[in-house]
Amino acid sequence: MASLFKQISAVTSMNVRSIPQRAAMSIASVVAVALAISVLLFFLALGHGLSQTVQGSGANDVAIVLRDGAGAELNSVVTRDQLNIIAQAPGVVRRGQAPIISGELLVIVDGNKRSTNTNANMPFRGIGPEGLSLRHNVHIVQGRMFRPGTNEIVVGAGLLREFSGFEFGRTIRLRGTTWQVVGVFEAPGTVFDSELWADVAVTQSLFNRPNVYQTMRVQMTSPAAVQTLKRFVHDDPRLQLQVLSEREYYAQQASQSTGQFTIIAWFLGVVMAIGALAGALNTMYASVAARSAEIATLRIIGFSGYAAFFGTMVEALMLSALGGVLGLVISFIAFNGRSTSTLSSGFTQLVFRFELSPGIIVSAIIVAVIIGLFGGFLPGIRAARVRPQLELAAQ
Amino acid sequence: MTDLIRLTDVEKTYTRGKEKIAIFERLSMRIEQGDFLALMGPSGSGKTTLLNLLGGTDRATRGTIEFDGKRIDKLSEGQLTNWRAQNVGFIFQFYNLMPILTAAQNVELPLLLTNLSPKKRRENVATALNIVGLSDRARHKPREMSGGQQQRVAIARAIVADPKLLLCDEPTGDLDRTTADEVLGTLQLLNRDLGKTIVMVTHDAAAAKFAKRTLHLDKGHFVASELAA
Repeated sequence: MASLFKQISAVTSMNVRSIPQRAAMSIASVVAVALAISVLLFFLALGHGLSQTVQGSGANDVAIVLRDGAGAELNSVVTRDQLNIIAQAPGVVRRGQAPIISGELLVIVDGNKRSTNTNANMPFRGIGPEGLSLRHNVHIVQGRMFRPGTNEIVVGAGLLREFSGFEFGRTIRLRGTTWQVVGVFEAPGTVFDSELWADVAVTQSLFNRPNVYQTMRVQMTSPAAVQTLKRFVHDDPRLQLQVLSEREYYAQQASQSTGQFTIIAWFLGVVMAIGALAGALNTMYASVAARSAEIATLRIIGFSGYAAFFGTMVEALMLSALGGVLGLVISFIAFNGRSTSTLSSGFTQLVFRFELSPGIIVSAIIVAVIIGLFGGFLPGIRAARVRPQLELAAQ
Repeated sequence: MTDLIRLTDVEKTYTRGKEKIAIFERLSMRIEQGDFLALMGPSGSGKTTLLNLLGGTDRATRGTIEFDGKRIDKLSEGQLTNWRAQNVGFIFQFYNLMPILTAAQNVELPLLLTNLSPKKRRENVATALNIVGLSDRARHKPREMSGGQQQRVAIARAIVADPKLLLCDEPTGDLDRTTADEVLGTLQLLNRDLGKTIVMVTHDAAAAKFAKRTLHLDKGHFVASELAA
């Protein structure tokens, strides 16, 4: 067994050290694997970043109330009467006598996408006085919060990065009304980072939606209290509404949007991996052919077929692993952490970052290793079958 | 002298499509320990096939092949590989050195099949290179050496594991006369001083003169035998 390891080590060392003699094919093989891995990582990072952003927006102890059957905020309607009933429900946190709730209205306004200089839909959200406190980890980083009852807006930092026209201090016109941008807030890793916020009463008035909300956010005393609110709403015939914790709501949204990216990622990843595999097979067959006299010589000397097989396998794995690492490096440089935007389920732009998680990196490495294993297996068998005959050694 | 190799009624046939091509039919021969035998004959006479059979790199279709009194035609592929590693050194026409390895690393290759320690392997490599007069070239790669030097490295590789039998396939076919004679002189020395049994295939009558005897093959039969003068 020790001898076999020495043989494998010697053959592998010779194979690897002779790679420069087959540089062009080896580089092509490495690049093919790197491209396959990069494409796979691109879509997985896209899906993961989107998923993290959407899911990261939700708290367990904040309930979101929508019209029963409404899949998203834009389809929902909550009346002022319903809002007032829920404000009295058990488990709602109060500040003094006032419940911490926020009736909200989401409308769509036009923005200008910096990268393409084209119009895009921006989410413009009217929030109640408690709207800010209901969102954890949201901070004003420039200027101040809007004053209730005024035409003032604050803008998410993510939206500012991707879209122009909402810079701090600017006066803008939306639907025939003038608004002043008085602050910038940061809500990193959440959907709120790509929204514009204003006072809900002003929004209702200026967008001609009096007394109507689309959703309602309610600060509950605990995650369990969300269940209590669900029962409360279910038992009251006046409330044809559904209650979800924020986390449930955004998890639902995330599964719809990121599922498609994951399917695309794996479909394209597998197609490209098959291409890379063909390249790896080609390279390794060429490598075995180029070394057939060497392999025959080693077999004549007394080296086993296993050594020839594993030597070829290790060479394929190394080339593939190198391609995988190159793919990872390309991904980290080209897009990891970069901000982008996409159309969310609410038909508005959602800003998020590409995010390579450890799980995604491990998946990519596994794919690279699989390409190497399959790419080396058949050529390895061919190498092992090289007959130890003098005629072959003389070629 | 005792026989090192004995072939009895050996047949070797190849199948090409439906056609069977017989290389040897009932070939028998004996090679004594310490012999230096040159095999000559026209192309296609079966010289290299015979060398493959003697070295266990090919199998006879029928008949028996004994080495040092033991039948090698019965060995499995793995056993035959091990037997080759322990008992046979090969010398090729085009040297067949690994271009990426130094002379010393090339010579060490057969020792990787043994249980010798790295220190002992280095000692044996140094001894083998010393025998062929290339101690000063241990760290050189094949491309940095002449054809004659490369063939002497190949000889060092063939003898480093101390095999009883050396099989040489046209060992001077790629060398000029002077260099060829030096290489053949080295083989003669290994035969005379170290007692190695050598079987050498050659087209070169001058090379055959370095052997103790010459057998002429034609169409799978020995047609003539000569002893050295």
